[in-house]
Amino acid sequence: MQQLTTLCTLLIMAVMWNVLAGYGGLVSVGQQAFIGFGAYATIFLAQRGVAAYLAVVVASVASGLLAVVLAPLLLRLRGGQFAVGTWVVAEALALLVALDESLGGGTGVSLRGLNAIAPDWRSAYTYWLTLGFALLLLFLVFLLLRRRSGAAIQAIRDDEEAAASLGVRIMPLKFMLFVLAGFGCGAAGALTLANTLFVQPSSIFGVQWSAYMLFMVLVGGIGTYEGPILGAVLFFLLQDWFAQFGAWYLIGLGVVAILFALFLPRGLWSLAGDRLPFRLLPVGYTLRPGR
Amino acid sequence: MNYANAVLQGVFLGGLYALFACGLSLIFGVMRIINLAHGDLAVLGAFLVWSLTTHLGAGPFVALAAALPVMLIVGYLLHRTILARSLRGGPLTPLLTTFGLAIVIQNALLQVYSPDVRSLGGAAGDLATGSWHLTEQISISYLGVLILSAAVLVLGGLSVLLRRSAFGREMRATAQDADTAALVGVPAQSVYAKATAIAVATATVAGVFLAMRSTFDPSSGPTQLIFAFEAVVIGGLGSLWGTLWGGMILGVAQTIGATIDPQYSILAGHLVFLIVLAGPRGRSLFTHRREATA
Repeated sequence: MQQLTTLCTLLIMAVMWNVLAGYGGLVSVGQQAFIGFGAYATIFLAQRGVAAYLAVVVASVASGLLAVVLAPLLLRLRGGQFAVGTWVVAEALALLVALDESLGGGTGVSLRGLNAIAPDWRSAYTYWLTLGFALLLLFLVFLLLRRRSGAAIQAIRDDEEAAASLGVRIMPLKFMLFVLAGFGCGAAGALTLANTLFVQPSSIFGVQWSAYMLFMVLVGGIGTYEGPILGAVLFFLLQDWFAQFGAWYLIGLGVVAILFALFLPRGLWSLAGDRLPFRLLPVGYTLRPGR
Repeated sequence: MNYANAVLQGVFLGGLYALFACGLSLIFGVMRIINLAHGDLAVLGAFLVWSLTTHLGAGPFVALAAALPVMLIVGYLLHRTILARSLRGGPLTPLLTTFGLAIVIQNALLQVYSPDVRSLGGAAGDLATGSWHLTEQISISYLGVLILSAAVLVLGGLSVLLRRSAFGREMRATAQDADTAALVGVPAQSVYAKATAIAVATATVAGVFLAMRSTFDPSSGPTQLIFAFEAVVIGGLGSLWGTLWGGMILGVAQTIGATIDPQYSILAGHLVFLIVLAGPRGRSLFTHRREATA
C-alpha cells in the first residue's frame, strides 16, 4: 500500500513537471519548493489542530497560492534563468524552514495526529487520498488540453513565438500552468509526508526531486499526455530494483536522461503512441486536408 | 567596526563568485544556454587538483597549472559530445542534458572520492591562513587578495580576448547571429566548443580557489552554480564586468547576513537576488538583449 502511494505521488510529480516543461516550455529545477512547502504547510496546520488529512488538502491549495504569488516574479524569466530562479526560491524556502525551530529546524519533524489511526487503515486512507489527487490532477490536465486552451497550450509547446504571433495570449496560460503545477507538487509533497510521516528540509527541498521528475518525463515522453504516466511507472520499478546501488543508480539515471534528451526527445511513448492507430486519450488535434 | 569588516570580506568573497560566474556568463552569452553542470564541473576540477596535490605531492598552483589543460579538453569534448547535439534539439534540450550531466558528475565524484569533506587549504600553506591586520577587527587575508586579483585578471583577460582578438570577434559574431557568421566562414560549432573549453577552465580556477578558501565535497556544485547565477543576474545579464559587481554585492550580502547571525548568511544572498529580480532591472531582464559580449 505504501509503495502504491509512492507510485501515485511520483505520478503526480511527473504529470505536473510535464505540464510545465512539456506544454509550457518552463523547465523548472525548483518544483521541490512546492513539494517542501506542501509538506511543511501540512505540519504547520496539523500543529494547530487541523485534522491531518484536511491539512493535506488545505496545504495543497496553499501551495497553489504560493505559485500565484511567485508567478509574477518567476515567469518573467526565460529558459535557463527560470530553471535556476525556481531553484533559488526552493533553496531560500528550505533555509527559512530550517530556521524555524517550531517546524523542527534542520533536523526534521514528524507529522502527529495520524498516529491515532491504526497503521493499516492509515496507509489505506493515504493511498485513496493520493489516488484521488492523482486522478483529479490528470482530469484537470485533460480538461485543460481538451478545451479551447488546449490548442493554445499545444501551440506554445510547439513554438512559443509563432503561437504569440497568431494571437495566443501566452502569459495567462503559463500562469495557469505554473499555478496548477504548484498545486499538484504541493499535493505530492503533502502526500509524501502523509505516507512517510517524517520530513526534513534537506530531503524534501532536495534537488533530487527535480532530477526524478526530469527522468520520468524525459523517458516517458515530454509534451505528451500519456508519457509521464509511463515514465512514472518505469521509474518506480527502476527505483525498486536498482536503488540499492546508490550513486551508480543515480549515474545511470543521469546518463539515461541525457541519452533520451539527445536521441529520443519525445520519449518512449513516441515509439508506442505513433504506431497505435488511435489515441488512448483524445487530447490532440488532427488536421484533415480540405476537399 | 564589525560591519566594515563584513563589507570588506564580502568584497573579497565576491571575487570568488565572479570567477564562478564568468564561465556561466560566457556560455550564456555565446550560446544562450545556461549550463546547469557549471558548478559540478568546477568541483570536478577541484577534485582533479586535489588528487594531484595529494598523490603526487605537487603544490596547489602547480597542480592547477597541470589541471587546466585537462579541463580545457574536458570542456571541448563536453561541447563536441553533448552540447552540440543539445543545441540542435531546441531551447529546452540543453537544460535537460546539462542537468543530467550535473547528476552524473556529482554521483561519479561521490563514487570515486566518497562524500568526505576536503580542502586544499592545507596544501596552500601560509597563503590560506595568513593575513594583514589593519586594525583590531579588520584584516585582509592573503588568499582573499589573491582570489580577487585572479578574478580581475580572468575577467580582464576574457574582456581583452573578446574585444581585441580574432577569436573574440568570431565569438561575438556567432553570439549575435550564428547563421550569418557561418556564411562568412566562422564555424559556429568550433567557436562554441572553444568557448565551452574556456568556461570550464575558468570554472576550474574558481573551484580550486573555493577549495583553498574553505572546504568542498562532491555535492558542493549546485550551491556554487546558484551563487554564480545570482552574481550574473545581480550584475546584469551578459555583462562580464557586471558579474564582478554582482559577485561583490552577493558576497557583501552574505557576510553582512552572517554578521547578524551565521544562519542568515546564504539566505541574505538569496533575498538580495530575489529583490533584484523583482526590481526594475529584473523587469528588463526579460527583454534584455546583449549588443556585444563584453
